[in-house]
Amino acid sequence: MSALAHVGGGTPGAPDDGPPQERGGRSWAPYLLLIPGTIWLLVFFVFPLLQLFTVSLQSGFPGFPGYYYRDVNFGNYLDAITEFAPHFGRSLLYAGLATFFAFVLAYPLAYAMAFKAGKWRNVMMICVIAPFFTSFILRTIAWRQILADNGPVAETLKFLHLLPGGRITETWVAVVAGLTYNFLPFMVLPIYASLERADPKVIEAGGDLYANGLTTFRKVTLPMSLPGVIAGTLLTFIPAAGDYVNAELLGSDRSTKMVGNVIESQFFRVLGGFPTAAALSFTLMAIILAMVFVYIRKFGTEELL
Amino acid sequence: MTATASRPRTGGPTPPTRSSVAGPTPLARVKTWLGTHVSMIAALAVLVYLFVPVAYTFAFSFNDYRKSNIVWNSAAGPTLKHWKDPCGAPGVCDALVTSIQVGVIATVVATVLGTMLAFALVRHKFRGRAASNVLVFVPMATPEIVLGASLLTIFVQGFSRFGLKLGFWTIVIAHVMFCISFVVVTVKARLQSLDPRLEEAAQDLFAGPGATFWRVTFPLVLPGVVGAALLAFSLSFDDFIITNFVSGDATTFPKFVYVSYLRGIPAQANVIGFSMFVIAVLLVVAGQLIGNARKR
Repeated sequence: MSALAHVGGGTPGAPDDGPPQERGGRSWAPYLLLIPGTIWLLVFFVFPLLQLFTVSLQSGFPGFPGYYYRDVNFGNYLDAITEFAPHFGRSLLYAGLATFFAFVLAYPLAYAMAFKAGKWRNVMMICVIAPFFTSFILRTIAWRQILADNGPVAETLKFLHLLPGGRITETWVAVVAGLTYNFLPFMVLPIYASLERADPKVIEAGGDLYANGLTTFRKVTLPMSLPGVIAGTLLTFIPAAGDYVNAELLGSDRSTKMVGNVIESQFFRVLGGFPTAAALSFTLMAIILAMVFVYIRKFGTEELL
Repeated sequence: MTATASRPRTGGPTPPTRSSVAGPTPLARVKTWLGTHVSMIAALAVLVYLFVPVAYTFAFSFNDYRKSNIVWNSAAGPTLKHWKDPCGAPGVCDALVTSIQVGVIATVVATVLGTMLAFALVRHKFRGRAASNVLVFVPMATPEIVLGASLLTIFVQGFSRFGLKLGFWTIVIAHVMFCISFVVVTVKARLQSLDPRLEEAAQDLFAGPGATFWRVTFPLVLPGVVGAALLAFSLSFDDFIITNFVSGDATTFPKFVYVSYLRGIPAQANVIGFSMFVIAVLLVVAGQLIGNARKR
C-alpha cells in the first residue's frame, strides 16, 4: 500500500526528496486508501446520525400513535430533558465512578504488563481480552449471582456488619460494580499501549533522581502514560454512560435506571416513542461530546489518536 | 492513543527496571522484594478479578438445575449432561454459528478498510486528513446505544427499499462500522512506532517499491494488523447493544443469552461461553508459541 505512494512520488514532475512519510503528498494514493473506509463511515455512521436527528424533531399524529410527520419540533428535547433528568444524572455519575474504579484497577495491571511481565506480556494481554469470549451478558449474570442476597459477597459483608442496606443487587453499588468490571479492558489496553512505548530507563532515571517510588510515579511514569490514560478514561466512560445492560441485570426497576434504559424502552416498548428516544440519544451524545472536548482541552493532548 | 514520539521497538523482553539489592536485614529484603513485585501482585489480583465471573459461568455449566440456572441445585450435585449435549437447548448453537459468521466477515472487512485508512493517515499528508482523523475518532466517542438507534432508523426508513431487511447483513454492516475505528487506532500505533529508516535502507539496497512493501513494511506491520483483527473479532463477538437494535429476527450468541435470561438461561450457554473462552486462549497461546519457535 505504501508502494503506491512511492509510485506516485516517482512520477515526473512530482519532487521526491522528502522522507517516506511525506512522499506522495499530492498523489491520488492516500485517497485510494481512504475512500472505502470513509464511505463506510459516512454511509453507516454520519448519515444515520443525521437521520436520527430528523427523527428527533418529528411530531406524532394525534390519535395515531406510531405515526409521525416531519417537523422541527424541539419540544421533544425539552420533554426528554425535563422528564428524564434523573436518568441523565445517574448515567453520568455511575459512569464517572466506574471510570475511576476501572482506572485504579487497570493501572497496576497495565504497568506490570509493560514493565514486569517480560515474555509473559502477550499472555497477560490475552487474559485481558479473553473474557469477551464468554459474552459480557453471561458474565454480568454471573455477577448477579455473586452479589446476590445469599451470595458469597453479601453474606460476608453481612457477617462483618458492613452492609447496612442488607443487599447489593438492586442498588447502585451493583450497577457501578458491573460497569467497572465490564469496561475494565478498555482502560487497560490503551494505558498498556502508551506505557509499552515508554522507555523503562527513563523511569529508572526518575527513580534515581527522586528516590521515592510515589514521586517517581507521579512525576515520571504517570505523565508518560497520560495519552493512554486519557484514551482509557474515554473508552470506559463513554460506553458506560450509554449502557443499559448492567442497570437492567444488576439494578432495580426504579431507582437505578440509566438513560440507556429509557432510550431502549422508548424505542422498543413505547408506541410513539421514537422521537423521544431520538432526542434522548442526541442529548446524551451532545453531553458526552462536550465533556470529551473539555476534557481533551484540559489535558492538552491534541494528538490523541 | 499513540504517543507522539516514534521510537523503534525493542521487541525483546523488557529488562528488569531495578535489580533487587539484597538488604542487610531480612525485613529490608522482604521490603525490597515487595517493592519490586507489588505491581505484579496487584496485576495478578486484577486478572483473578477479571476471571471470577468466567469461573462462575464454568461452575454453573455443571449445575443440574430444574427451571432456571441461577441458583445452584445442591440436592442433585454436579452433572456432565450439558457438556455431553452442548446444542441441546433450542437455538443456542444457531446463535453461536451466527455470531462466528458475523464476527469473521465483519473482522475481515473492518481489518482491510481500517488498515488502509491507517496507512493513509500515517504515511500521507493530504487535504482533509484532520477531518478523516475526526471521522475515525467520533464513532468510538459515541455510545453504542446511539449507534444502534441511528442505524435502526436508516434500516427501517429507507434501506428496506434496496431489499435490505433487518437481519444477518445489517448486523454485519453495523459491526464493520464500529470495528473500523479500533482497527485504525491499533494499526496506526504500530505504523507510527516503525523506524522509517528500515524502508529507506531497503530502497538503498535497490528494492523496488513493491518489494520494499511486501518484504519490509508489511511483515513489520503484520503484528499490528493481527492484533487489530483479534480485537475486532472480540468486539464483534461480544457486542450486544448495537446488535440488539439492528438484528431483527436474527440472533447472535449474546442476544440469545440476554433474551433467554427472562425465561432462564440454559446451561448449554455456559458450556459454549466457557468453551469459546478456552478456545480463544489456546489459539492465541499456540500462535505465540509458534511465533517464538520461528524467531529462534
